[in-house]
Amino acid sequence: MTKPLVAIRSVSKNFGEFQALKSVSLDVWPGEVMCLIGASGSGKTTLLRCINQLATIDAGGIWLDGELLGVREQGGKLRRLSEGEIARQRLKTGMVFQRFNLFPHKTALENITEGPTQVQGRKADEVRAEAIELLRRVGLAAKADWYPAQLSGGQQQRVAIARALAMKPMLMLFDEPTSALDPELVGEVLAVMKQLAKSGMTMMVVTHELGFAREVADRVVYMDQGAIVEQGRASDVLGAPREARTRAFLSAVI
Amino acid sequence: MKPAPALADGFPDLSGMQIAREPHWFRWLSAALIVIVLAAIARAFAGGQIEWSYVGRFLTAKVILEGIVNTMVMAVLAMALGIVLGIVVAIMRLSPNPVLKSVAAGYTWLFRGTPLILQLLLWFNLALVFPTIGIPGLWSARAVDVMTPFLAALLGLGINQGAYTSEVMRAGMLSVDIGQYEAAQAIGMGRLRALRRIVLPQAMRVVIPPLGNEFIGMVKATSLASVIQYPELLHNAENIYYANSRVIELLIVAGLWYLLVVSILTPLQMLLERRFARGILRLAR
Repeated sequence: MTKPLVAIRSVSKNFGEFQALKSVSLDVWPGEVMCLIGASGSGKTTLLRCINQLATIDAGGIWLDGELLGVREQGGKLRRLSEGEIARQRLKTGMVFQRFNLFPHKTALENITEGPTQVQGRKADEVRAEAIELLRRVGLAAKADWYPAQLSGGQQQRVAIARALAMKPMLMLFDEPTSALDPELVGEVLAVMKQLAKSGMTMMVVTHELGFAREVADRVVYMDQGAIVEQGRASDVLGAPREARTRAFLSAVI
Repeated sequence: MKPAPALADGFPDLSGMQIAREPHWFRWLSAALIVIVLAAIARAFAGGQIEWSYVGRFLTAKVILEGIVNTMVMAVLAMALGIVLGIVVAIMRLSPNPVLKSVAAGYTWLFRGTPLILQLLLWFNLALVFPTIGIPGLWSARAVDVMTPFLAALLGLGINQGAYTSEVMRAGMLSVDIGQYEAAQAIGMGRLRALRRIVLPQAMRVVIPPLGNEFIGMVKATSLASVIQYPELLHNAENIYYANSRVIELLIVAGLWYLLVVSILTPLQMLLERRFARGILRLAR
């Protein structure tokens, strides 16, 4: 029997007094596309950031590909991993940010090759060929030598997706990838994500694009106030929500 | 209500009319005043007790040229030491490790809190504290032999500069968006690699104008090393006027050289700024 790629068990996270995550448990299966929806402050972005350890959890555990993240059991206690070990664990995930966060002093191509050459120590010409192929996949082969400031928001986000894919991650995390975009640029980014979903990539997508969720997601998870309220097939959660809070959220959004 | 006409009447067409030139009387008047004041100052100096022929003769004297070379060598080396120290201390200051943080803060406090000339004198007179210095069992020497004017000036100026540069560097690193650190971490970079590859190159764009300023300050601060016998420009000019008593003439010679060097440095700084503005200025293709 297959195992979940991500297993989240009783994870809590506080920012001072504010409880961002309240004992959240969730499994993500290999090849699954999961959309996380909910109001801002519901904890969906925090959950994503905990999975690639940009935020550290206060309680519970997250296993990625069977490996416990951030800590190690030793003599009945948990010990934090070193920075280097955490960096190694991060290589299994690719992250796409709401504000793209491309490196402005590097061209589109250099943004993509930076990780594979500098972190993974791979050969420059081999990485370059892969990067050009990735740019072609996101429809930006002609923009390889352009700087981020010369690209539109949608193009920047597609480069950012290519940059994350260049590390050959097992899991792609998308944190509201289209929220910072002008409406007419949303489609091109969603198209790249759909194509990625079709290729079998495991994806967790925090999004407000319910149309995308309905079309692409295998599972939709609705979160509110740091907890999972309802989850299930996209058609069920979005079409016939069982929980009153889900219904209230959906009627407010649509 | 009647439908509104396409354009209302009473607003004549102004296209084709030119905007009249302003006379700017006050600008002309103030410029004329300044020219008069400058001319008066020039006349006073021309008639004052200055032998301008000495200025011309000593401007390219061998000792003066050696002095300017020593000044530039010291300024470049001390600034290099200052920048290296500044980057290291700024990184320590921003580290999560409280020991590193305190050491960095203490360093800045100590070397920014005392006059530069006092630090130069302390380094130069180190032999009074430690007659011999060295590594026990490996190497030792008399401090007076090791602590030459050159080394004392380099340490004094460079270490002092590091304290100021660290604050410039820290400001530069803080100016880089936190999302850049996160994006670097997300592709598996550790803290130091993210700083070196992603954050520092972007911080450079912000720190070059203040660093250029600091370097111009450093060129002039080397003149303080004249008190510890380092043969830089001012020291050599002084040595000449001790012999021939042409004090003002030689001070003018030194002043002209400092002005010339600083005038050359300013466009160089602009070239550097352009280099590090990569991806920011090159918007149009």
